[in-house]
Amino acid sequence: MDASLDDLYREIILDHNRNPRNYGALNEGNIVEIEEFNPLCGDKIVLYLQSDKEIIVNVHFTGEGCSISQASASIMTDLMIGKKINEADELLDKFRLYMTDLNNSEPDVNLGDIDAFQGVKKFPARVKCAGLAWNSLGKALQELNS
Amino acid sequence: MKFKLDKLASNVKAIRQDFPILDREVNGKRLAYLDNAASSQRPVSVINKFNEIYSNNYSNVHRGVHTLSMESTELYENVRKKIANFINVDDQNEIIYTKGTTESINIVARGWAKYNLKKGDKVVLSEVEHHANLVPWFMLRDEIGIIIEFIPVLDDFNLDLDSLEKIIDKKTRLVAVSQISNSLGTIIPLNQIIETAHSNGALVLIDAAQSAPHQKIDVKDLGADFLVFSAHKLLGPNGVGVLWAKMDILEQFKPFIGGGDMISKVTFENATWNEIPYRFEAGTPNITGVIAFGEAIDYLNNNNYVELCQYAHYLSEFARKELSALSYIEILGPSDPSLRSSLFSFDIKGVHPHDVAQILDSAGVAIRAGHHCAQPTLNRFGFSSTARASFYLYNDMNDVEQFIESIDLVEKRFL
Repeated sequence: MDASLDDLYREIILDHNRNPRNYGALNEGNIVEIEEFNPLCGDKIVLYLQSDKEIIVNVHFTGEGCSISQASASIMTDLMIGKKINEADELLDKFRLYMTDLNNSEPDVNLGDIDAFQGVKKFPARVKCAGLAWNSLGKALQELNS
Repeated sequence: MKFKLDKLASNVKAIRQDFPILDREVNGKRLAYLDNAASSQRPVSVINKFNEIYSNNYSNVHRGVHTLSMESTELYENVRKKIANFINVDDQNEIIYTKGTTESINIVARGWAKYNLKKGDKVVLSEVEHHANLVPWFMLRDEIGIIIEFIPVLDDFNLDLDSLEKIIDKKTRLVAVSQISNSLGTIIPLNQIIETAHSNGALVLIDAAQSAPHQKIDVKDLGADFLVFSAHKLLGPNGVGVLWAKMDILEQFKPFIGGGDMISKVTFENATWNEIPYRFEAGTPNITGVIAFGEAIDYLNNNNYVELCQYAHYLSEFARKELSALSYIEILGPSDPSLRSSLFSFDIKGVHPHDVAQILDSAGVAIRAGHHCAQPTLNRFGFSSTARASFYLYNDMNDVEQFIESIDLVEKRFL
């Protein structure tokens, strides 16, 4: 098997793709709903962010996409549940820095499973796939902050 | 049949030598280029033409009295005749150079339809159109209030021709349809559509972007009123396209882009238009691109492209048959080979097309994955994206085998 493909499709990504966590709509409580598209491939994600004051109580997603975008959404939602909104803002910045800086191979410890996306950086066309869910998170946080 | 295939295979083997890019490796593997419906590759004669023109003849066209300008102008204008012959048009002044199919359709919408159609007039499209033959009409609808209706596509991926009489009526001024669907591979039976349109007094625009590379286009035989296609899908450079319309229709156009070269006289108050076709070609055009496109047309004609494309169709059908034997693969498009072009869209159940294309790329196989600029068509069949393999006259059986083997890699990793 191809080494860089093994790196792209790490087992943790394939696992989250097969069994996405936090999949399904949320419709109770204080929900911000964001729909985000990748015009390149027609992929779509809907993010449901439930907050209570400063705390992100729950984050879910629906939609369809490639293994990278689905795994990224699954890992991101897992990571955000229970975080304060300002912590989520910081994590988003750190994620973006990590995905765009090719030399920065070690992600912030607080990004958890995100180092699984190390291999994605070698495929510039796929960085967008990994970023789709995070972009929708950014819009949701913006809405909460405004 | 067997003899003919052997002969075609050996012709393909010979012409592959003319395409330098086919020799390169991708990810350490032989390149199997199966993304031809998006854009083809170029033979060395087309590539070298740029070098030749820039090294010997290049200058701006239609402007200078000096030798280089005259040479460039002559080379550039000669291609109009080549294109006219290529689609069986008598008057070469009916050939308008554009940037590509998309621009050609926009010029028809903005330069002709905008001034010759009025609120409530109907434009009929089909449900298998590329975004290039949808969005310009949506934009015009929002501007002047035309009505857009669609010839439906049936579950068997063919157009519902029984609905023509109902949809195309006296209010219909234009029917704009592709000859081959870029996402489904369906060959559209144009005769009946054109006949129904004309009997209702409507004009017909043919989007030949996918058909012109593969078959002889004869606008007289078709009875079309407008025909558009792109050079880059038939061995020519990117950034060059064609708009053809009958002269009496071109005379109804207003210029879409104003500027140099498209005028007859300009004062501080006003301007009058240059003759057709120059009226529609403002600014310094894609001079070298057009000249190199002429080279591509010569190459197609000299190598009997229609016959070679029969081999591409044979390969496409061979691959489709192999894949359709796999239970986890669904293939879109008509089942009858005679109703299909040399491409097919497919879905590997449970694996996103981008992941399919990524695995295939690691094996040197280039295919398209996504919505193919035909989102409504794919949505109609329950897909947001598919993988698509498309074949052209330099593809060979090695490409097919490499493609099929690479599908096994997808299965191993994801299924």
